[in-house]
Amino acid sequence: MKDSKRKTQSTRRRLLAGLLALPAALALANPVFADDVNTTGLSVTDDTVTVGILHSLTGTMAISETGSVQAEKLAIEQINAQGGVLGRQIKIIQEDGASDWPTFAEKSHKLLEKDKVAAVFGCWTSASRKAVLPVFEKDNGLLYYPTFYEGLEQSHNVFYTGQEATQQILAGLNWAHDKLGAKTFYLVGSDYIWPRTSMKIARKHIENVLHGKVVGEEYYPLGSTQFGSLINKIKLKKPDLVFGAVVGGSNVAWFKQLNAAGLTFKKQPMLTISVTEDEVLGIGGENVEGLYSSMKYFQSLDLPGNKEFVAAFKKKYGDKAVIGDVTESAYLGPWLWKRAVEAAGSFDVDKVVAASPGMEWDNSPHGYLKVDDNHHLWMRTRIGKWKADGQADVVWESDVIKPNPFPKGYQ
Amino acid sequence: MGGYTGEELTAIFLMQGFSGLSLFCVFLLMALGLAIIFGQMGVINMAHGEFLTLGAYITYLVSYLASDTWPFLLDYYFPVAIALAFLGTFILGYLVERFLIRFLYNRPLDTLLATWGLGLILQQIFRSVFGPREKSVVLPDWLMGSFQASDMVDIPINGVMVVALTVVMTIGVFFLLYRSRWGIKVRATTQNRAMANAAGINTEKVDRLTFALGCGIAGVAGAAFTTIASTGPTTGSLYIVDTFLVVVFGGAASLLGTVASAFGIAQSQSILSFFLSGSMAKVITLMTVVGILMFRPQGLFASKVRR
Repeated sequence: MKDSKRKTQSTRRRLLAGLLALPAALALANPVFADDVNTTGLSVTDDTVTVGILHSLTGTMAISETGSVQAEKLAIEQINAQGGVLGRQIKIIQEDGASDWPTFAEKSHKLLEKDKVAAVFGCWTSASRKAVLPVFEKDNGLLYYPTFYEGLEQSHNVFYTGQEATQQILAGLNWAHDKLGAKTFYLVGSDYIWPRTSMKIARKHIENVLHGKVVGEEYYPLGSTQFGSLINKIKLKKPDLVFGAVVGGSNVAWFKQLNAAGLTFKKQPMLTISVTEDEVLGIGGENVEGLYSSMKYFQSLDLPGNKEFVAAFKKKYGDKAVIGDVTESAYLGPWLWKRAVEAAGSFDVDKVVAASPGMEWDNSPHGYLKVDDNHHLWMRTRIGKWKADGQADVVWESDVIKPNPFPKGYQ
Repeated sequence: MGGYTGEELTAIFLMQGFSGLSLFCVFLLMALGLAIIFGQMGVINMAHGEFLTLGAYITYLVSYLASDTWPFLLDYYFPVAIALAFLGTFILGYLVERFLIRFLYNRPLDTLLATWGLGLILQQIFRSVFGPREKSVVLPDWLMGSFQASDMVDIPINGVMVVALTVVMTIGVFFLLYRSRWGIKVRATTQNRAMANAAGINTEKVDRLTFALGCGIAGVAGAAFTTIASTGPTTGSLYIVDTFLVVVFGGAASLLGTVASAFGIAQSQSILSFFLSGSMAKVITLMTVVGILMFRPQGLFASKVRR
């Protein structure tokens, strides 16, 4: 008795299920059904796709990474408003790397293996990228990395939306040599991998290509706030150009003390590869007036793509929000991913990666860009001169430069 | 140093001297508060750096109000900020002693953990309230720029201000500790608590005030540092290592020792970073300090108290 009842019930349920499946079966004819665009088990449904954002929200790096998170969220919001990616709304899972490299690795593990995200936008320091790289390569994940960095890396699973070292350094030094007539250089950086690698490249370029002279090369520990001795040495050597890559809290002390010691940038020209609008907010515009930065992006760029971007950013995060180079790079990530996915017609990482090289974007916030075979971007380098209001005047811009993460003769 | 004129060398000598002097003042200002708390009370306060950060944030708030709301006050806000920084950190220190530290006397390791935890909590509060970005105060005009003694010699005014403030604070602490009734009570409590109690000194009250005063001085140091660097939630932790180094090297419980060790460490670091590089200067200074402490674990100036 009991048995027969259960049987009828289950038959009825099967019938119901069959009826429900009918529209789905019809949808199979449509090429964008979940199974078709996703053969590797990523978190993709018929109307959503999940991506990860992995940055430091706490700890020392939160200072720098906040802007990137904001830009990535803005881009995703805009993409969703335009109908999403392959007709699917993007859902975000955000994880906190907490300025701690093992935490980054652990969280990327979680995002890729448990959440099965289709792509991750994140990491900021090279140390965090190096920590997650093995995880992405093992799980065949997809990472969009925003920061300008030292180069010497290329991975199937990573797209680098910032400048690699040569794009930022060589063009900047050439400009200083040609336009400022700089022959003697003083190199100053914080003591870790990015400034050291960058200065190594800078030194080779100055000595072998520009035939100039490096009169001093110095590194100060991260967080250092006393630059008196260094400033005295610079006064003594009187280089034509100080080339700087000081980061973080040190930056503020460095520029305040330079200024207080009477070394204004009119007297002592200085070009840096580490100061963006974000840093100037902390340093104070009055302390960097006249300083030059070598970047691909400045908030003041007079380009149609940038005007839209700045307006949208300010609308979402307030009028006082500033946008630095890395923030803009972070904004590119979700857009490049969307384009690649739609070009590939699939969320599969291998297909997205294969569809990416050669993609062009005429009106990105910093203008024309192209994805190279080596997963870096073709882009222009610009020299900005800072003003007291915390914005920069773009005084020069290069042609579009091909990325060269493994420069010959510079290693 | 070939190829430089005598005038240039003199100028560099002068400016190097000043840069060492201002580093000395920074070290001393940081260490004063800790010298009182650690030196006199034996409490290892790992949250000392966060008190310094709090002082810096209070200064930032005052400067922000001054520049945003009452711009005509911008020239004069700094003394007010210093006073408020002292007051704010003094009150917080008083409360921390009352509700945390006093339960942990005679348990130095627990104090260390508890104050470290307190430091983390304070850092996160700073981050939530002020945001993770570094804040920089707007300096009044009279604190900017430099005295130009000659073509080469520039003496930064904010550096002079820090030096002056350090001198005032050091003399103040000296008088409080060695020339005031309160100082006698503090030293009596340090030397022999039971005896001090028996002599009618309210040692609990003395402890509370001592701790609060130490924190207040950290707050003033924080206010002073806003003129030379920026403030972030973790700024304090940048200074804490150097601060302990100065106090331990000088010999706990000795104000003179703190002054001498701050001077020694600052000058060697400043001179070494002129001839070598910033990182190397730090390495050599630290190694020298460690070497000396191996042979003289009580520090440069040990107090001759029988314990």
